[in-house]
Amino acid sequence: MIEFFQAVLDPDNRFLVYALGMGGLASIAFGIIGTFVTIKRISYLAGAISHSVFGGIGLALYLQVGQGITWFDPILGAVLAAVIAAVMVGLVSIHAKEREDTIIGTLWAVGMACGILFIDKTPGYFSLSSYLFGDILLISQKDLLFVIGLDLVIVGVVVLFFNQFFGVCFDTEFALLRGINTTFFYLFLLVLTALTVVLLVRIVGIVLVIALLTIPPAIAGFYARRLWEMMLYSVLLCAAFTWAGLGISYQMSLSSGPTIIVLCGITYLVLLALNRVVLNLRH
Amino acid sequence: METDISLNNVTFAYRRQPILEDVSLTVPKKEFACVVGPNGGGKTTLLKLILGLIQPDDGQIRVLGTTPEKARNRMGYMPQYAHLDMNFPATVLDVVLMGRLKQKAFWFSAKDRSQAMSAIDTVGMTPFAHVGFNTLSGGQKQRVLIARALCSRPDILLLDEPTANVDHETEENLFSILRDLNREMTILVVSHDLGFVSKYVKTVICVNRRVVIHPTTVMDGTMIKDIYYGDLKMVRHDHRCSQEGHCND
Repeated sequence: MIEFFQAVLDPDNRFLVYALGMGGLASIAFGIIGTFVTIKRISYLAGAISHSVFGGIGLALYLQVGQGITWFDPILGAVLAAVIAAVMVGLVSIHAKEREDTIIGTLWAVGMACGILFIDKTPGYFSLSSYLFGDILLISQKDLLFVIGLDLVIVGVVVLFFNQFFGVCFDTEFALLRGINTTFFYLFLLVLTALTVVLLVRIVGIVLVIALLTIPPAIAGFYARRLWEMMLYSVLLCAAFTWAGLGISYQMSLSSGPTIIVLCGITYLVLLALNRVVLNLRH
Repeated sequence: METDISLNNVTFAYRRQPILEDVSLTVPKKEFACVVGPNGGGKTTLLKLILGLIQPDDGQIRVLGTTPEKARNRMGYMPQYAHLDMNFPATVLDVVLMGRLKQKAFWFSAKDRSQAMSAIDTVGMTPFAHVGFNTLSGGQKQRVLIARALCSRPDILLLDEPTANVDHETEENLFSILRDLNREMTILVVSHDLGFVSKYVKTVICVNRRVVIHPTTVMDGTMIKDIYYGDLKMVRHDHRCSQEGHCND
């Protein structure tokens, strides 16, 4: 472990400092949004959004490299695709009651497939694995600014509208009766989820997004009694997993995204088992 | 007598399946009515129409002299608790405060909190105010949800299956709370269980696709068979039927 700390302090390894900073800052967005995704049980909506992001990235690469539209960079494509997917997925889940999962599954697959088709038509070779599984070590200063901006927006919005979001997540119908515009807040939540997912894709990749979004809140849920407590614990857990995962992946020359996810997953399963044992002993 | 709720030839279908047909009904102020009928008979649909959560295909609904949407703020609603996520991280006070949600306010005020605490007190849950909602028993959860419906000080209280999954004693307890509340507000309670109809209930509204107004004389096996399509036993000693529905002595 000492080696890792030395590496962090080495001025040549600025990327490591960025990676750690990114992990910590992004955890604020992940913990808060992940808590909503978990309690509202919309992790498969988040999954569909994250796979649609790939379509946006593919389109951006095609326009940027293939068509010479230089300002259309992949992050713009990702944000665009994520927000459009969020609104579509949200409207589907509100209006298409019985076909909801089929339609969302279709969006999920089509988004991903479009990305690959665009990349097929783009000259040059692209390593897809950094998009699929993330690479926190490729983080740039621009990404850090994006995270700080997103954190400020999410924290601000959640502090202002905490009660409205609480109502929409716990009992939408009742919130509607109290005069809350539940459709607006639901779609708003999904758009914030979409932006967070774009961020997550940089760190753990499209495929592993759902895990980092839902596992820390799931663990937090074991101990939290109130919604804000669950958010706070999720943020702390998410930061701990990201930092520990980075350290381990650096030390053992592993991919950072999968290391973080395996760490999260194992911790969750162990705690789940322990909780069961404790419950059984009590009864 | 002043009318709180009126339905005029209301029809509602879900995917071409008629749920309610040609329903006309008036509920006077300070009424304590119980809506009974078999599962799928349209009881919850009736409540949702009154709340304006769904729109009738035909007919008019007036609540407190206006449309259901405009009257919403003056109605308190307790949904069936089965549809709520029981692992949601919230204390009793958090849940009850939802009843104080407002369109144009960010945070809860001290007044919101004191109203919520007094609603919690009304249902006798004060010692549990800061306890996790998910640790409560079924009957306690129902009481908390009644408190949530109460804390906006509504003129009409609508409760959907408040006695589902609670034992007899809890049920009695709930109804004595409701009887006290009935002095100040109109109460409409849905139940799939005819037998429970408490002695505090003033009127019984029978719903099975139609809202049936029965002949004055017989509250007997034939009528129950008409509603439920089957023989059921029912013992009632204090019951009188009239053109307006049924009522107790």
